[in-house]
Amino acid sequence: MAVTTQTQAKVPSGMALLEDQFIKRPPRSLWSDAWRRLRNNTAAMAGLVVIIIFLLLAIFAPLLSPHNPVEFFPNNTYRPPFWVQNGVNPAAGGIASFPLGTDSLGADVFSRTIYGARVSMVVGFIPMLIILIVGLVIGVAAGYGSSRLDNLLMRFTDIVYAFPDLLFFIIVMVALRDSWIGQLLNGLVLLFVALAIVTWVGLARLVRGQVLSLKEKEFVEAARMVGAGNMRIMFRHLLPNSLGPIIVFTAFRIPNLIISEAILGYLGLGLRPSINAHDIFITSWGALLLEGQTAINAQPWILLAPAICVSLIVLAFNFLGDGLRDALDPRSK
Amino acid sequence: MTKYIVRRLLWMIPVILVVTLITFTLMHMAPGGPWDRDPGARQVDARTQQLLNTRFGLDKPLFFNFSDGNPLDSQFFGYLWGLVHLDLGPSYRIRGADVQDLLFKAPEDKPWWESKFGYSLRLGLYALVFSIIIGIPLGIVAALKQNTVVDYLSLFVATFGVSVPSFVIALFFIIIFAVGLHMVDIVIRDWSSFKPWIIPAAILGFPTMAFLTRLTRSSMLDIMTQDYIRTARSKGLHERRVVMLHMLKNSLIPVITILGPALAGLVTGSFIIEQIFGFPGIGREFVLSIQRRDYSMIMGTTLLYAVLVAFANLAVDILYGFVDPRIKVE
Repeated sequence: MAVTTQTQAKVPSGMALLEDQFIKRPPRSLWSDAWRRLRNNTAAMAGLVVIIIFLLLAIFAPLLSPHNPVEFFPNNTYRPPFWVQNGVNPAAGGIASFPLGTDSLGADVFSRTIYGARVSMVVGFIPMLIILIVGLVIGVAAGYGSSRLDNLLMRFTDIVYAFPDLLFFIIVMVALRDSWIGQLLNGLVLLFVALAIVTWVGLARLVRGQVLSLKEKEFVEAARMVGAGNMRIMFRHLLPNSLGPIIVFTAFRIPNLIISEAILGYLGLGLRPSINAHDIFITSWGALLLEGQTAINAQPWILLAPAICVSLIVLAFNFLGDGLRDALDPRSK
Repeated sequence: MTKYIVRRLLWMIPVILVVTLITFTLMHMAPGGPWDRDPGARQVDARTQQLLNTRFGLDKPLFFNFSDGNPLDSQFFGYLWGLVHLDLGPSYRIRGADVQDLLFKAPEDKPWWESKFGYSLRLGLYALVFSIIIGIPLGIVAALKQNTVVDYLSLFVATFGVSVPSFVIALFFIIIFAVGLHMVDIVIRDWSSFKPWIIPAAILGFPTMAFLTRLTRSSMLDIMTQDYIRTARSKGLHERRVVMLHMLKNSLIPVITILGPALAGLVTGSFIIEQIFGFPGIGREFVLSIQRRDYSMIMGTTLLYAVLVAFANLAVDILYGFVDPRIKVE
């Protein structure tokens, strides 16, 4: 390429100009193109920034929280946020050292909210990983395998699909919370399993549809002609080409998982709040919502912080998801 | 068409069977039995427990009875047999009451819509009506005034409503208007007039409203560039007529089809809203039965929800065929 341009540079012709502007430009891959489109989308980038902030909060919670989330300050119970001086509780005004107030035991709501981000992040990502693995395997198997296997798997997903998600989470949590699996990590492991076990269905259907339409395309036929095996076709051709919709699905599913955790926590079925400062996961936004709801008259501010956090993170993921959809499938706009 | 409906109805049987099986198995894995009382309260003595177990058939094997002649004389098949007769069994916590009576029977000879199910159904319907009368006009206006302030405002409301769950909105509402400004009561005890229903219904319907706004807007934008709209304009039709007759009629097709699952979603998805507002419907009953570990009640409610969702989905698929003849139902 470099040689040709040098020789042609002496005689600037129309062809050379064309080459200069278009052909010489390194080819942009689908992904860098999508990334460029995403970067120009302000709402999506704002969403991404919010997600990164919450991720950092979750990772560095011990460094960022002003107080130990399980340390109780007996002289500072029922404190409102710092900007409230004469609120519901006349005995104590807000002070700067407890920016979002304290609960009935005198624990710092701000610190607890920061620690709550950990659970929401982990509940967003780990079940999503399980969903991706199960959904991809079953989706590809159904789409690429024999029609009998397809029929069997799809009837199975139909049944799982008929079950209302949230009810299933609730039933699993009610039934197994007190068993050994419900005790692992204060109930977090069971929460992962419960959230993942029905949600893969949507992904499996999506992947199956993608694979079914892609496997009839010419490039798959060409790959088969040159002797590519089933595994190679699946992993090198079918999966990468259906990655766009899968990414969009992921971006919209994660906030759903976070909301489900908040609802389960609110019903008292999520993570068990810990009083051990060495635990990684101490409390969740759902558990905080429950705390706030039970004392809504005396300390409504406990409700406010987790409610705002849930709204923020969910909005952020939805903006990012919208942006990703536009970026990865420009035709959809 | 009839063949299709019959096949779909038949397909519902294995679905409900599996849902029953899963719920039944999970509920029996849960620790504790129906006759346990709260620790500290007076416990039911062993002899009475035994009698109660015999009375309700809880001494039978769970799935298959191999000791007697009839292998189907078990708890699970007993429950299924009851289900066929629309009998959901006795509540484990409320003495002397059957689950179906608790859900469907109104107190003191009132009409059925005064029952818990009736309350939830009505709340869901009001929420649906709210979401339609706000959402669809908002979507239409946003599409007609694309890229103006109105459009951006409606898009913002729609994105907010679609993403933020209604129970969080309800909590915000309560904090601001009940705790902060003392404008409404936190817990409403009298639901006999219409006024207290407005706020829970509006909040419950908010996500659906937002979704309808988005859907109507994108569907309208899609239709606005169609050839037949241009034709309608070029033959000199009044603009209002073009919008009302040609655009609306066609852009509402995708909107109509989501109303079925929307109603099912509103009726089944209302339990947290009901809990927050102290609303006497099946949702709150469901949450209470979770807290009380009333397993038969949990099962009954779950099955009711699953059936509602299944019928709503069927209704939509059938409706599709009627509204848009291009979609062939097979």
